[in-house]
Amino acid sequence: MNKKVWINLVMAILVAGLFLTVACAKKTIVTEATTIENQGNQTQTDAQTVAQAEADRIAQQNLEDQMAQEKALKDSKIQAAKKRFENQDIHFAYDSSQLSSMAKTLLQEKAAWLKANYSRAAIIEGHCDDRGTTEYNLALGERRASAAKAYLINLGVSAARLSTISYGEEQPLDSSKTEQAFRKNRRAHFAID
Amino acid sequence: MVSFVMNKGYCTHNMFTYIKYFLIILGSISLYFTPLHAKDYDYINISNPFIKKTPVAVTQFKAFNGHSVEVQDGRDAKNILIKALDFTGYLRTMNPAAFLSNPAQSGIQLGQINFQDWTAVGAELLITGGIVETQGNVKLKLRLFDTFNTKLLVGKVYTGPRSQIKKMIHLFCSEISYKLTGKWGIFNSEIAFISTVQGKKEVFTCDFDGSNIKQITFHKSICLSPSWSFDRKWLAYVSYARGNPKIFIKNIKEKRGAIVNHKGMNISPDWMPGKLKLAGALSFSGDQEIYLLTIKGEIIKRVTKSWGIDVSPSFSPDGKKIVFTTKRSGTPQVYLKDIEGGRVQRLTFKGDNNTSPAWSPDGKKIAYVGIEKNAINIFVMDIDTKMPVQLTMNAGDNEDPSWSPDGSMLTFTSNRKGVSRLFVMNVSGSDQRQLLRLKGRQSQPDWSMSKKR
Repeated sequence: MNKKVWINLVMAILVAGLFLTVACAKKTIVTEATTIENQGNQTQTDAQTVAQAEADRIAQQNLEDQMAQEKALKDSKIQAAKKRFENQDIHFAYDSSQLSSMAKTLLQEKAAWLKANYSRAAIIEGHCDDRGTTEYNLALGERRASAAKAYLINLGVSAARLSTISYGEEQPLDSSKTEQAFRKNRRAHFAID
Repeated sequence: MVSFVMNKGYCTHNMFTYIKYFLIILGSISLYFTPLHAKDYDYINISNPFIKKTPVAVTQFKAFNGHSVEVQDGRDAKNILIKALDFTGYLRTMNPAAFLSNPAQSGIQLGQINFQDWTAVGAELLITGGIVETQGNVKLKLRLFDTFNTKLLVGKVYTGPRSQIKKMIHLFCSEISYKLTGKWGIFNSEIAFISTVQGKKEVFTCDFDGSNIKQITFHKSICLSPSWSFDRKWLAYVSYARGNPKIFIKNIKEKRGAIVNHKGMNISPDWMPGKLKLAGALSFSGDQEIYLLTIKGEIIKRVTKSWGIDVSPSFSPDGKKIVFTTKRSGTPQVYLKDIEGGRVQRLTFKGDNNTSPAWSPDGKKIAYVGIEKNAINIFVMDIDTKMPVQLTMNAGDNEDPSWSPDGSMLTFTSNRKGVSRLFVMNVSGSDQRQLLRLKGRQSQPDWSMSKKR
């Protein structure tokens, strides 16, 4: 908001400056109208005017570019924050639904995003690695999603904006049987509703 | 005289059930009948894990008219019979190259059999068959003999269209099973399971031997945990078709059913034996607990009352107790609970991850999944001694054990060949083999009850 006011102010000054410059040029024309050199002077002044206009145009262009850039930057920051909200999964230890300090840090960031974007609702998906059986993992996945939800509520996010679903071991990110894959799959994922 | 009256009664009963369940088969007649006494079914104790397979000689079927279709159908019928008997964990059909006589020529009835020919080659049981085929209708005459006691154990005649030969043979196998083990066996049972179809999971069914595969659901979503009702008219399963996982209760034949739809998750259905009630794990209270439900999905009562995960109920054969997976001791373990009394007992103590219990049909054993050092395997324990016996090892991950209706076998999921497939094994862990071949990945088999006759 402040930025916009500032930009408008700069614009106003620039436009005013433009008028002033033109006015000055006109004055010069009046005083030196009789001299022969005036002709040349006149041409020079015209050139000056054109150059000035061009400079102003470029300045205007630059300003617009800058504004567009700033808007794009801001948009991309918003996009990045949204992407980060959706793409940053929180991870869990084997057979656990307890939030690690890392998970809590990420959840604080997500809570901030949810507060900044108060019109959005989120779905928290609980996932597991494929050790343990289908039904047990459905339950474990639900507890992981619920743990994340409870933490967000404690940080002031309205419960009405948060829903949970467990996919157990049904949707692994990595199907290989390595510790690394297991770690990746034990997660709560956040989707914007 | 007594024998005659009983014989008549037995026939009527058979006729009634065949007409009820297999309308196409016109009827069956007992060729012979021994009054039942307990000793009769002590031929084979299928609960014995160290069971030695009994050698049985299946002879060429006698073609009474001798035309080529009849001969071919007789050959097919014999092969279906051999395949079915070899599927069991307690019979072994013999190589006919060793046979000393051919009843198809010398006669298939009691007085025409020279039992010494059979005991000499080590056959403890002998099966003879005859086929009469006229205009697409067949009559199968099938007999099971005890060679050492020179006695007819089962004699049956089945009549019907030739398309029903397989069904007739399996009916005869059920009779054999009943005679030898006291149980109707597996030949009349089905297996429900999950298979992927283009990345989605659907419910399927097949016959006991993996044949006759049918797709049951078309939700194009995730379906899980199918369970048969005791009368095999209903399947309960979990589906994500409508958002959060819900239990769908579906009548197989008719288009009706119910959905268990509480807030949170509605998962792991298991039908009560002998009643149209089921148990399931619901999380609407904020904690996963096991509930007893009506066929319409209404809650009859809450069964578990403990903070933490409680899932995967499996009923005792009398329907009065459940075994289930719970995390109340800190790690997932198998517990037993009385539904009425509320008494709770921990069954598994070895390892820190024991889940998916399945109660054996004789009520004495629990099959379950144990994880040790990332290896997922199937174990069976005796409820009294609580001593676990490992049935699978060094062959991929093995999960989802389900008992055959006679308790002689288990079906399960294994990825030993790379992709998740259905397998069967004998209760001792022997003869582990793939049940069926189907595109996609299969899991979570549930073996139905046998139709009682």
